[in-house]
Amino acid sequence: MPVPLINMNDDGPVDHPETEPKGPALTPLGTLPTRPVSPQDPDIIHVPPEAAIAEADVRSAERGEGIKGTSLWEDAWRRLLRNKLAVFGLVVVAIVTVAALIGPPMIQQATGYSPDYIPTNNVKLIKSFPPFTGPNGSFSWTHPMGTDNAGRDMLARVLQGGRISLFVGIISTLVSLLIGVSYGAISGYLGGRLDNVMMRFVDILYSLPYVIVVIVLLSMFRRQTPEGQLILLFIALGSVSWLTLARIVRGQVLSLKNQEFVLAARATGVSTPRIIFRHIVPNTLGPVIVYATLTIPQIMLTEAFLSFLGFGVQAPKSSWGSLAADGIQNIAIFPWQLIFPGVTMALTLFSLNFLGDGLRDALDPQMRKV
Amino acid sequence: MSNSNGNLLEVRDLRTYFELEEGTVKAVDGISFQLQRGETLGIVGESGSGKSVTNLSIIRLIPSPPGKIVSGEIIFDGRDILLLSEAEVRKIRGRRIAMIFQDPMTSLNPFMKISKQLMEMTQLHLGYDSSRAYEHAIEMLETVGIPDARSRADNYPHEFSGGMRQRVMIAMALSCEPELLIADEPTTALDVTIQAQILELIKEIKQQTGTSVILITHDLGVVAGMTDHLIVMYAGKVFEQAPTRELFAVPANPYTKGLLRSVPDPLVEQGALYQIPGLPPDVAHLPPGCPFAPRCERAEQICREEYPPFVEVTADHHSLCHFAREVYESSLDERKVNYK
Repeated sequence: MPVPLINMNDDGPVDHPETEPKGPALTPLGTLPTRPVSPQDPDIIHVPPEAAIAEADVRSAERGEGIKGTSLWEDAWRRLLRNKLAVFGLVVVAIVTVAALIGPPMIQQATGYSPDYIPTNNVKLIKSFPPFTGPNGSFSWTHPMGTDNAGRDMLARVLQGGRISLFVGIISTLVSLLIGVSYGAISGYLGGRLDNVMMRFVDILYSLPYVIVVIVLLSMFRRQTPEGQLILLFIALGSVSWLTLARIVRGQVLSLKNQEFVLAARATGVSTPRIIFRHIVPNTLGPVIVYATLTIPQIMLTEAFLSFLGFGVQAPKSSWGSLAADGIQNIAIFPWQLIFPGVTMALTLFSLNFLGDGLRDALDPQMRKV
Repeated sequence: MSNSNGNLLEVRDLRTYFELEEGTVKAVDGISFQLQRGETLGIVGESGSGKSVTNLSIIRLIPSPPGKIVSGEIIFDGRDILLLSEAEVRKIRGRRIAMIFQDPMTSLNPFMKISKQLMEMTQLHLGYDSSRAYEHAIEMLETVGIPDARSRADNYPHEFSGGMRQRVMIAMALSCEPELLIADEPTTALDVTIQAQILELIKEIKQQTGTSVILITHDLGVVAGMTDHLIVMYAGKVFEQAPTRELFAVPANPYTKGLLRSVPDPLVEQGALYQIPGLPPDVAHLPPGCPFAPRCERAEQICREEYPPFVEVTADHHSLCHFAREVYESSLDERKVNYK
């Protein structure tokens, strides 16, 4: 007597009559031979209808029919949209970014004020007007945020400053991503003594007060042009903010490198650099993206702080930090010079943080309930 | 059998040790075997007997430190793998010796499309451009029986079931038409019906391509129908080595007999299943005598004191036991009784 046998072939004849193979020649390799089923056959276990439906589902899933697979990203995106604060953050960040990009040229078109245009025909002693006020003191749409000490349009300058602040935040984060991910991945994957040395180096850098390091860097390599100063700022901020990222990536790599797919990749002759950067690093992307989103506001804040102290962005270029620094000198008389750049910056940083938190929840569902 | 020209792989006195804090673990301790082209070799043993370490040693993937191949030769197609440079070994891995791993759930990269993972093999080893590699990948998926391969190729591993993933793994392993396929417990993580399909697939592919196969398993039922030769490993040593039929028919080692007795026989109604008493030994602290002696029903004083010899029972049948011949004789007798 043969052992009872449930037919669980991939090409079961029950559920997909249109794709049913016409003869045994079409059966894929490695499938068990199908036996004809008849109710009289005592060896066949009769499956209750519910189980049959479940099994049919499994089969159609195996064939890739009916069910459209959702990718990790679609899943994460859906979870992100369910988080109200994160959506708020996303919307604000999007608005600020778009406004910063297209705002200054639009204002110049509409009113003739570019961010660094100082009106020359203005003979008044006080050139800073409150919001919605024209040169003659009456209501005007020309300067919704007023003007600064030199008579430049505040709205244009805030948007221009936002452009540079966001730019500094994003580029410096990319620099820190590049350094941190490579450093952490190499350290974690190669392991051993090298890992030890590399991580102790990180520890040493951790113990340095990084703001002071940045200030020293900036003043040592001070450039004459504003563009040079900006590039220096990217490098300085990026090169001090990769430490945590390197640790995060290293931790991820340590747990990933012992997984079987890495062994399998090695067994297929893939070289070590390729394993690190093509097989392992993409698997660390979730936490890396989350941390990067949270690094952007942090770096923007540092940039504002440095510009406030006069080490960062120099006039005539503006950033939120340098605008705030200008504004604080006149806080009692012309409060709008501080309030508008300050509020815009706070709102943007808030939103970026909300977005980062939302992304963390969306990309790492296990962390959420903690 | 002794003709070394026909051998695709010859392992001589391989010793792989792990230096741990508790002491040196002799995971593989003096293993020798040969594999001819087109032949299938089965390696059987309990967990921790050194099966997987043997095979990782063959493609030099022992995690080092703490692992180290202390001595031995692994002659693959006339060249000692242990003497090659890392770059040369990489050209062999995947191209000429391919591996299938135990758990298909974890041995595919979750972040890479199936097609990409298959394409990597041929792009790396055969220099295919991406469109040719893609076509080849789909061809391979069809060969291993993935229905609707073209539309499934761009899926991610999590969209496949376990059996399908193991098929993908096999497709990957076979992409470059390797001369040797090492299957490390390829069916352990799968349920029984899928197991049968996967084994059938490996068998058919072997017949079609003439690939040599090393099949590692702890399931005697798996090796019985598939292998030509069998090695029984215990505590990092070869305990018995024979053609499969002979080993099943007339085992010459008490450990092998114990293993065979532990397989439930559906024809005989019996109470409790037989099991070999005790646990596999701690390989870091082996007794001076036979490592199996504490669990052996046949053990005598000499077994506990003296390391057993590797006895040649018949021309092609070896057994590591002081009483190999006696065990062999008694197996022959039992066989006669059974056939009467």
